[in-house]
Amino acid sequence: MSVLAAAVAIPGTLVNKEYSLWTLFKQGLQHNEGWDPAWRSADPKPSYDFVIVGAGGHGLATAYYLAKDHGARNIAVIEKGYLGGGNTARNTTIVRSNYLWDESALLYEHSLKLWEGLTADLNFNIMLSQRGVFNLGHSLQDMRDIERRVNANNLNGIDAFVLDAAEVKRRIPLINTSSSARYPILGASFQPRAGVARHDAVAWGFARGASKYGVDIIENCEVTGLDITGGRIKGLQTSRGYIGAERVGCVAAGHSSVVAKMAGIRMPIESHPLQAFVSESLKPVLDTVVMSNAVHGYLSQSDKGELVIGAGIDHYNSYSQRGSPHVIEHTAAAIIELFPMFSRVRMNRQWGGIVDTTPDACPIISKTKIKGLYFNCGWGTGGFKATPGSGNVFAHTMAKDEPHPLNRAFALERFYTGHLIDEHGAAGVAH
Amino acid sequence: MSSHRVNIATARIDTTRPLSFTFDGRPYSGYAGDTLASALLAHGHRMLARSFKYGRPRGIVGAGAEEPNALVQVEAGALTIPNLKATQVELYQGLSGRRTTGWPSLEYDLKSLGGHFSRFMPAGFYYKTFQNRALWPRFEHIIRHAAGYGSAPVEPDPETYDHQHHHAEVLVVGGGAAGLLAALAAGRAGLDVILLDEQSELGGWLLSAPNSVIGGKSASAWLQDVAGELQSLSNVRIMTRTSAFALHDMNMIQAVEQLQDHLPPSERTKGQRRQRLHRIRASRVVLASGAIERPLVFGNNDLPGILTASAITTYLNRYAVAVGRRVLLLTSNDHAYQGACDLARSGASVVLADTRSVLNPAWERRARAAGVDVMAGYGIAEAHGGRAVKGAHLMRLDSDRNAVAGNGPFIDCDALGSSGGLSPTVHLYCHDGGRPQWDEKRLAFVASATGRAKAGIYVVGAAAGEFGLQKTLEQTRQTMTEALAASGKSSSLASFNLQTDEPDTIPARRIFRVPDGKLEGHGKKAFVDFQNDVAASDIHLAVRENYRSIEHIKRYTALGFGTDQGKLSNVNGFAIAAEALGKSIPEVGTTTYRPAYSPVTFGTLAGAHEGDTFEPRRFTAMQESHVRRGAEFEPVGQWLRPWYFPKSGEDLHAAVGRECLAARRGVGIMDASTLGKIDIRGKDVREFLNRVYANAWTQLAPGKCRYGLMLDENGMVTDDGVTACVTDNHFLMTTTTGGAARVMTWLEKWHQTEWPDLDVFMTSVTDHWATAAVVGPKSRQVLAKLCSDIDLSPGAFKFMDWREGTVAGVPARVFRISFSGELAFEVNIDASYGHHIWEALMQAGAEFDITPYGTETMHVLRAEKGFIIVGQDTDGSMTPFDLDMAWAVSMKKPFSFIGKRSFARSDTARSDRKQLVGLLTDDPKIVLKEGAQIIESDDIKSPMPMHGHVTSSYFSPELNRSIALAVVRDGISRRSDSGIKAGRDVLYAWAGGKAHKVKVVSPVFVDPEGARQNV
Amino acid sequence: MFVLYCPHCGEKREEEEFGYGGEAFIARPATPETLEDEAWGDYLFMRKNSKGWHWEMWSHNTGCRKFFVVKRNTATHAIEASWTLADGRKAFDAEGNTA
Repeated sequence: MSVLAAAVAIPGTLVNKEYSLWTLFKQGLQHNEGWDPAWRSADPKPSYDFVIVGAGGHGLATAYYLAKDHGARNIAVIEKGYLGGGNTARNTTIVRSNYLWDESALLYEHSLKLWEGLTADLNFNIMLSQRGVFNLGHSLQDMRDIERRVNANNLNGIDAFVLDAAEVKRRIPLINTSSSARYPILGASFQPRAGVARHDAVAWGFARGASKYGVDIIENCEVTGLDITGGRIKGLQTSRGYIGAERVGCVAAGHSSVVAKMAGIRMPIESHPLQAFVSESLKPVLDTVVMSNAVHGYLSQSDKGELVIGAGIDHYNSYSQRGSPHVIEHTAAAIIELFPMFSRVRMNRQWGGIVDTTPDACPIISKTKIKGLYFNCGWGTGGFKATPGSGNVFAHTMAKDEPHPLNRAFALERFYTGHLIDEHGAAGVAH
Repeated sequence: MSSHRVNIATARIDTTRPLSFTFDGRPYSGYAGDTLASALLAHGHRMLARSFKYGRPRGIVGAGAEEPNALVQVEAGALTIPNLKATQVELYQGLSGRRTTGWPSLEYDLKSLGGHFSRFMPAGFYYKTFQNRALWPRFEHIIRHAAGYGSAPVEPDPETYDHQHHHAEVLVVGGGAAGLLAALAAGRAGLDVILLDEQSELGGWLLSAPNSVIGGKSASAWLQDVAGELQSLSNVRIMTRTSAFALHDMNMIQAVEQLQDHLPPSERTKGQRRQRLHRIRASRVVLASGAIERPLVFGNNDLPGILTASAITTYLNRYAVAVGRRVLLLTSNDHAYQGACDLARSGASVVLADTRSVLNPAWERRARAAGVDVMAGYGIAEAHGGRAVKGAHLMRLDSDRNAVAGNGPFIDCDALGSSGGLSPTVHLYCHDGGRPQWDEKRLAFVASATGRAKAGIYVVGAAAGEFGLQKTLEQTRQTMTEALAASGKSSSLASFNLQTDEPDTIPARRIFRVPDGKLEGHGKKAFVDFQNDVAASDIHLAVRENYRSIEHIKRYTALGFGTDQGKLSNVNGFAIAAEALGKSIPEVGTTTYRPAYSPVTFGTLAGAHEGDTFEPRRFTAMQESHVRRGAEFEPVGQWLRPWYFPKSGEDLHAAVGRECLAARRGVGIMDASTLGKIDIRGKDVREFLNRVYANAWTQLAPGKCRYGLMLDENGMVTDDGVTACVTDNHFLMTTTTGGAARVMTWLEKWHQTEWPDLDVFMTSVTDHWATAAVVGPKSRQVLAKLCSDIDLSPGAFKFMDWREGTVAGVPARVFRISFSGELAFEVNIDASYGHHIWEALMQAGAEFDITPYGTETMHVLRAEKGFIIVGQDTDGSMTPFDLDMAWAVSMKKPFSFIGKRSFARSDTARSDRKQLVGLLTDDPKIVLKEGAQIIESDDIKSPMPMHGHVTSSYFSPELNRSIALAVVRDGISRRSDSGIKAGRDVLYAWAGGKAHKVKVVSPVFVDPEGARQNV
Repeated sequence: MFVLYCPHCGEKREEEEFGYGGEAFIARPATPETLEDEAWGDYLFMRKNSKGWHWEMWSHNTGCRKFFVVKRNTATHAIEASWTLADGRKAFDAEGNTA
């Protein structure tokens, strides 16, 4: 029976068997021929109560929570390419909540709590690996900032510790804590509950979860225009025809400005290349996540054994999912600064994503001046870790037409009132 | 001579140079010219790996970069290299290699137990289980330890790397027949040519087919002639062992050259780089990267001893190694025939099963003549064997559709080669956005020969889908004629004799998965991606589960994710997916080709940017004086600044206590050279300063200085410093040390983009001046000894004045400014006299016990005065008003200075923003932690509101108590210097679990009326 | 990695010599005080962020330190040309663009 047939046979209903050791066993005996589609691919209906633009992790999570928490049923997620094909598929899979400002910290912590229950909630192992995250400090000012952030985290109920260089060395034996290093490691902040997750699985798990609630997931469906009359959203023109919609949530990450333009809105967003690369698969050598802003590099080792390494942002605007090689070269140098022995390890594959950056390095989860049109974007480099929390509060914002307490501060208004939530702050160095 | 060596006169090994090496601890021998793979095969060494998921026995499949299985660890200790492909490791004397899989041993691999349950471990099985949150970490631990191939070194890398940059008119990637001819065409035309080849010698496939004939010569002779002519051309640079691994925007190719790895560690040249990254900008790039033969997909096709047909041919002709004595070849095309003939001639018994029922008569004739047993219309249902292939069960194939038409014989063999056609190496072509096109006639994704000519990218030979030698040479000649014409040159190849002895080829059979008469998943596992254990059934399962985009299929099954980047597996995977989806291959498309074509070390990418040369360190002209006086240093941006000057036995606290008191009571001296300095000239400098600073500059007279706050357009403080008026149209601005470069660019941007009409010229002079700050009540006496031409008397040289004069015999600018609140003179001098002036001042100050101090004491002194440090007391969210520095803002200036408008926004205008204040602890001995959070109650329940944080905190030797600066919500109105009040003025500074009661006070702790700096 | 033409130096140089200057032709309002918060916020933060042809500024940091205008396609990385700020503005207007 073909996949489409399967979809047609049981439209809008549960399409998947429960995932368990038992079903694996049963299916194994039947040559794994009885597995149902993980999610149902749908054709667009004439109209929906809610249309989510963008089937990345955030968009699918939004649909999932709209259905699960707010009882919405008539939902579509439309995607110009394949689901989970944007930044969801291109990030370095780090999950943490140790942010400085209350607004960010509480939002990311909300997300981390959802992460912790996500595998069970979705009945899909998203392979959350709480192996801890170290944010290294390389100067006295770094250490002041770390102290400030860790104290704020603790008072916000977030697990975080300040470690000195000796303790960092004890926990990461291979790291170079020599005081003669160009940027010697003076210490680090450490969040034990932070870690990594399997990025693709998050998109697939939410797609499957949303599908169970009858959400229409429509791939290869590109938005070409927005139907706005009387200051209200009525629907969308797409490459697969017109789709009427009561409420539209745009979760298009790097392409948010493109969709916003269709609504005649300008966003405080610039889309930049963000590159990453992985090494060849190695025997376990690093069992945590290490991040360093001073030398611009961060890395972890995947379950498959690859060192997963994130680079800095390319400064120019781009939608090409390509960056410049000197950025990768610099990142490799940074990794060798931290782990000199890795200079003989080989890069296997590099790639780029499109990050939607805002002036204060914080997201926009907001209503717009157009009734029924909502935006969730501007996540910059922080999007993946926020996936469940972002979808959760955005679903609330769309369902109730008012922000969830956790995303009230992330409205577009802040760029007019001046109430920015400046996560990168000024350049740390002065005097 | 080892068991599988044969006599091949034209082979590229040097039998006069035997080499011994070890693998997994056992001794072996080989010859110069061998790869580790060929040498092991020469010993009949079959299984040398276990598969990633099921622990199945695996052996060498390919002969080059495409190898998926033979990943080895070479050498040990600091020199060890993980995951090299044995097929690319050049053998050297004493080489020691190890397998990277198989635990506890290659013979008995724990994972192979799992292999028996493979049906319960289909693609993505881990998403469907291990869902117990408590148990998952344990499962994950097991998974992690089952994964991974080689091991990373654990010692720092003793070898080094660097980068070289090149410009070329023509860059040819690949030194096979097509690349050689292309380079010759461009070279003869007089263009600057670079020819790259990843192997140790030129020739490419010609090295594996020495018996073909080109222009009446044997291929090996032709190769020699062309290579020889190229070497003789001074405008052609040939780089072997150099692999182009990425093509970036505007034809920037990254290539890595192996300089040492092919030599025994003992023979490597000291000081010679191990590997070198070449960055090549080329006007024209000619891709002659060839093609890689893809295997056919059939049951048990992963048994050791099953290779690609071309690999078996290469081992025979290039390395004189007969992989087997009884060889079974399975092909869908003509390309396997030459190898079959060569094998038969070398004495092997060869059965060639062709999936086509109608054969190419010319090739069939040659094969039979050579003694090959040719069988038309057969496929392999499944191979047999355990740790090595023992034979295969053939099936007669339907001549039209890929289905079984009848049973076939069982063929015994000790080696099996398959050819499913060639896959052009189009990776580089695609790295910067190029897309290969599916060619249904050639059954391949091909790069267009001239489709990207506008971008200067040309493709020749097999990479463009021209698979036969004859076609390759002709297409190269023709494409190069176009490429050269684009450079205004003509090709001299027209007359070149390119006639080969190759018969015309006939179409291949369109077959990827060889049918075994069973439903997919019911028969023996048929592998598509060996390294990731992806079988055809996994692709069908993915599609069944609605992972229908090729990217989903790739990600769900891990197809093509290995260190071979799917060179053997991708096209078969795309084709099998197309069958499962009922789509055409172009509809399915390809996954994205990403660099690196083959893996490249981090060290190569970093080049010389490691260790001491990772990033430059900047020192002032006084550095040597500081080192001699035992300074400890603090990195500040790119600079290393003296942090403190401990005397024997002193710790930071003791030294800083001494230094502070010296500056407050006697005289201290600090190196302030790192502050950014910008020389600004022009008729409109005052107006310019009025616009870029918050305060007013119209009135500042020559000889005077003024402190300024620089804001961003958002109204937040981003930098500060003192600016001096030299003349009406000449000013000298100082910036923070870390902000110097940023501020310079910021000012230039405003001047050039918004106010080009202003007559202003800016020059960074940070490195031109050295600055020694002489600080303290006795500073005047010290300076007086060295300076006679400046009247230093209080009346004549006031606070915030500056004077030009001579200090210690050198022209100097002396500023009476103070970052300590004490009488102070900052002596600025041509940097080349920096050391001189420092020593002169130390000498002059000796009688007053002049005390050098560093950044830590500077911090204490300025904190005692409530002077901010941008970046420490500010974080990009502080306005001048938040800092209680309204005095440094002139709201009356006619021009709306940068940042002014933002003050009026509702949030920025709030009176209860976080504001800079001083904090005093009850217990004067307690020094608060910088970064402590300010809370209103010490009854901790999280989350709880935080009202600010401690930005600076020190023990003040002057006051003999602790002091702190903090930003506190509504702080200014909380200020009360009259003991702790009730209510909101009772605050706590919380850090690391401890809360300390604090009172909010003025940030100026010492000399509030500012008398001292005016003496 | 781009090769950019600096109209001041008259040379094509590697991207690493340059600094990205962001969207071109965002003019600072002449009289900020007269603007509503919304108009001021638009000037401060809102960007075109075009997909496709993008008029942007680069500065020749390690060269002449001059800012100049580049018309670059953000989807394909194709570069049409570089101009001085003044000439760039003319070319920009000639295409009928509005800042």
